Amino acid sequence: MRYVVLAVVLIGAVALGGCSEGVLDPKGPVASAERLILLNSTGIMLAIVIPTILATLGIAFWFRASNERARYMPDFAYSGRVELLVWSIPLMTILLVGGVAWLGSYDLDPPKAIASAEKPVRVEVVALDWKWLFIYPDEGIAAVNQLTVPVGAPISFELTSAGVMNSFFVPQLGGQIYTMSGMVTRLHLRADHAGSYRGMSANYSGAGFSDMHFNVDAVPAEQFAQWVAATRTAGPVLDAQGYAELAKPSQAVAPFTYHAVTSGLFNGILSAAMQSSDPLCLTPPPSQRAEK
Amino acid sequence: MNFLGKLTWSAIPFDQPIIMGASGGVVLVIMAILGWVTLKGYVPYLWREWITSVDHKRIGVMYIVLGLLMLLRGFADAIMMRTQQAVAAGGAQGYLPPEHFDQIFSAHGTIMIFFVAMPLVIGLMNFAVPLQLGIRDVAFPTLNSVSLWLTASGILLTNVSLAVGEFAKTGWVAYPPLSELQFSPGVGVDYYLWSLQISGIGTLLTGINFVTTILKIRAPGMSYMRMPVFCWTALASNLMIVAVFPILTATFAMLLLDRYLGFHFFTVDAGGNAMMYVNLFWMWGHPEVYILVLPAFGIFSEVAATFSGKPLFGYRSMVAATMAICVLSLTVWLHHFFTMGASANVNAVFGIASMIIGVPTGVKIFNWMFTMYGGRIRFSVPVLWTIGFMVTFVLGGLTGVLLAVPPVDWQVHNSAFLVAHFHHVIIPGVIFGVFAGYIYWFPKAFGFILDERWGRRAFWCWFIGFHVAFMPIYVVGLMGMTRRLQHYDVVSWQPWLVVAAAGVAVIFAGIVCQIVQLVVSIRQREKLRDVTGDPWNGRTLEWSTASPPPAWNFAVLPRVAERDAFWAHKVRAKHGQLAQAREYKSIEVPKNTLTGFVNAFFAVVIGFALIWHIWWMAALGAIGAFVTFLAFAFREQDEVEMTAETIARFNRAHPTEVAL
Repeated sequence: MRYVVLAVVLIGAVALGGCSEGVLDPKGPVASAERLILLNSTGIMLAIVIPTILATLGIAFWFRASNERARYMPDFAYSGRVELLVWSIPLMTILLVGGVAWLGSYDLDPPKAIASAEKPVRVEVVALDWKWLFIYPDEGIAAVNQLTVPVGAPISFELTSAGVMNSFFVPQLGGQIYTMSGMVTRLHLRADHAGSYRGMSANYSGAGFSDMHFNVDAVPAEQFAQWVAATRTAGPVLDAQGYAELAKPSQAVAPFTYHAVTSGLFNGILSAAMQSSDPLCLTPPPSQRAEK
Repeated sequence: MNFLGKLTWSAIPFDQPIIMGASGGVVLVIMAILGWVTLKGYVPYLWREWITSVDHKRIGVMYIVLGLLMLLRGFADAIMMRTQQAVAAGGAQGYLPPEHFDQIFSAHGTIMIFFVAMPLVIGLMNFAVPLQLGIRDVAFPTLNSVSLWLTASGILLTNVSLAVGEFAKTGWVAYPPLSELQFSPGVGVDYYLWSLQISGIGTLLTGINFVTTILKIRAPGMSYMRMPVFCWTALASNLMIVAVFPILTATFAMLLLDRYLGFHFFTVDAGGNAMMYVNLFWMWGHPEVYILVLPAFGIFSEVAATFSGKPLFGYRSMVAATMAICVLSLTVWLHHFFTMGASANVNAVFGIASMIIGVPTGVKIFNWMFTMYGGRIRFSVPVLWTIGFMVTFVLGGLTGVLLAVPPVDWQVHNSAFLVAHFHHVIIPGVIFGVFAGYIYWFPKAFGFILDERWGRRAFWCWFIGFHVAFMPIYVVGLMGMTRRLQHYDVVSWQPWLVVAAAGVAVIFAGIVCQIVQLVVSIRQREKLRDVTGDPWNGRTLEWSTASPPPAWNFAVLPRVAERDAFWAHKVRAKHGQLAQAREYKSIEVPKNTLTGFVNAFFAVVIGFALIWHIWWMAALGAIGAFVTFLAFAFREQDEVEMTAETIARFNRAHPTEVAL
């Protein structure tokens, strides 16, 4: 009984927690689909888990040694029918959840582009110690610890790390993906509602990890264009020297923008991992780019 | 080059009051205990009967003592983490700087998995498996002692890092490139690696020992299908140890080569690939979960059957499920990093493979339920742990299957939700199981049962405390909180983390109850004494001999003609078919040896020297270990004879051993 109360409290608590933020409050198609899978799978399993808990408690209570009315069956150790049942119940459950998992893995595969009439906004993401660099290659600008995206347009991310592994994660827009040095991962997200969403590194990366979060500002398209224009007019330049300065370990870096970016910087960072220690002295041929 | 390598006085953090206080306290307690033991004149006794013992029961008990002590250490880390996260919200930094906090969560994970769960599980296997098989010792008794003391060496080194130097700040998985020299230049990762290399060799030797024992040495007539189910789970667990611990050792060896000799297995530059480490680590790491949980499942099976007064329901199914888990667990490692960006095919296959493990696990839950069905259940403390486990574990399993669905995993991987999940399976699955086994077999080991009242209090504190501590962690995980945060800016998480800290306090009350239970029981041992050797109306062979059993376990090896042989014998005895009078023959038991202890001493020397780059000391340690091995290899006598008269005298004094 107490357990049921506990379960109710738990479910209530989760519902409560989901009202305001996090993965239960999605703001884009990817996060919505992922939440649906989360809820469906939970529902399928609760249908079997709750009766199991109740049955366990019920059986244990009824067959207590002091209960005179319970029938003692000291030799009841095998029943083919029960065996069939106990193997098939979890098997059926797993068949259902497995189906959900199979379909979800393909539908929501992170490198898969989001079907849309609008042109995707490309963002190159570099995880640094301990901040995020977002390069907009088409706009020729960059931002640190702040990601501004237009509402409704698919965002196409290419991600890597300059050193330690991190994980790029914006819970309200969709699932995370690792950033690994020398490798590119791809992720597609879309924000359907204007707002500011918390993003972070989800993979522990050392002393400054706790402050390695950023805001994703989803703004209407015209406002995004204004932001791009404004960014182009002010701020430092992200060239080899600027990058070397940025790449030095630092913590809790306040967001700022670069008004211009040397082209090929992302590829330079990527290939640095494969080669020598200077990130900008080499530009690899496209065929060398590691892809996951 | 410095005579003491990298070791200087600056290695000791005199400026850190928390660390100095804790390590100073530990040193004082150890000195006090050593002083007391010496003054009381217990040293020869401890040396003769325990430290040099190769008796599997003594070794088992020592493993469990180690595990319980380390549980206190790991739990102290847990208290610090939960209190830190309860206060470090908004702009607050809490009382633990990242430098210290990062060591704490790394040490907590490392200690709880390697030095709490492993010694407890291996200790119970050591104690119970040979008795259940109806034999006199494991296949390689001296090797068993070596394993124990190598584990103790690893534990010692990890704890030395508290006061001398630092521990890893990489998390317990020590993923490169973070754990590479470039990003972790200190000795912390080296402490981690060498501690686990040394204790890992001990674990591998245990695995070899137990696989050999269970496959080759069983009482006459005990075919595989007559083995108690705990022995089956022990077999599965040790097969996995033999299969996967070499992977861990090799992986750590590669990381050590990177760190010590400039190799590039997992480095950022020169073509190193950290994801190789991640793959290899989890090829060990996922089976490790089942190495821990399967023996606990075996304990639950024994407890459910014994206290229901019924045989285990669906024995063959249980064996099949155990072996299925044993094999399947080797095929699912990739679900620990669905976020790596593997293709949809890979994710889907590993996701479904992970879920399939849920099938044999579910079968086990149902079979325990049907074991109780039609029974006469005595709600003794081990049963409380068992039922508490069943109702808790199914929910932990549910969140586990959720994490096996790749799209869900992308949303909760590395989050507090994940932290809540694995505590939700490991605490009920492994820790509750170990506690059930501890109370269940305690009277066999020491001849008196543990106080029931304090046992119940401990259970309820743990059970309630666990839920209060970890349900809020699920919630903050869904709210987007990641793990390993030293502080956070989202103040809406804080109330949940305060509740979680309160839950930890309730668990702490449970631990206090367990300590009180032990003290009270020892003081009242005459009242709690069990002279029958069979306090629970048991079913398997360990209950057919005296409590505590003599060094030879069974004066005459039992003859087994069916499953639950001891129960069957008791049923027959009721119907007047008592066993015939018996003749005793002399028995050879393995002789005590200091090999294990001395070898472990040198292992600590080697480990410490390598951590601090004191090469001459490492060489001396290696020579010492080799000489110890030579001395062992050339020894003249390795067994002592117990005369028939000694045995007859023991059995007259303890007329409990049943002739089977």
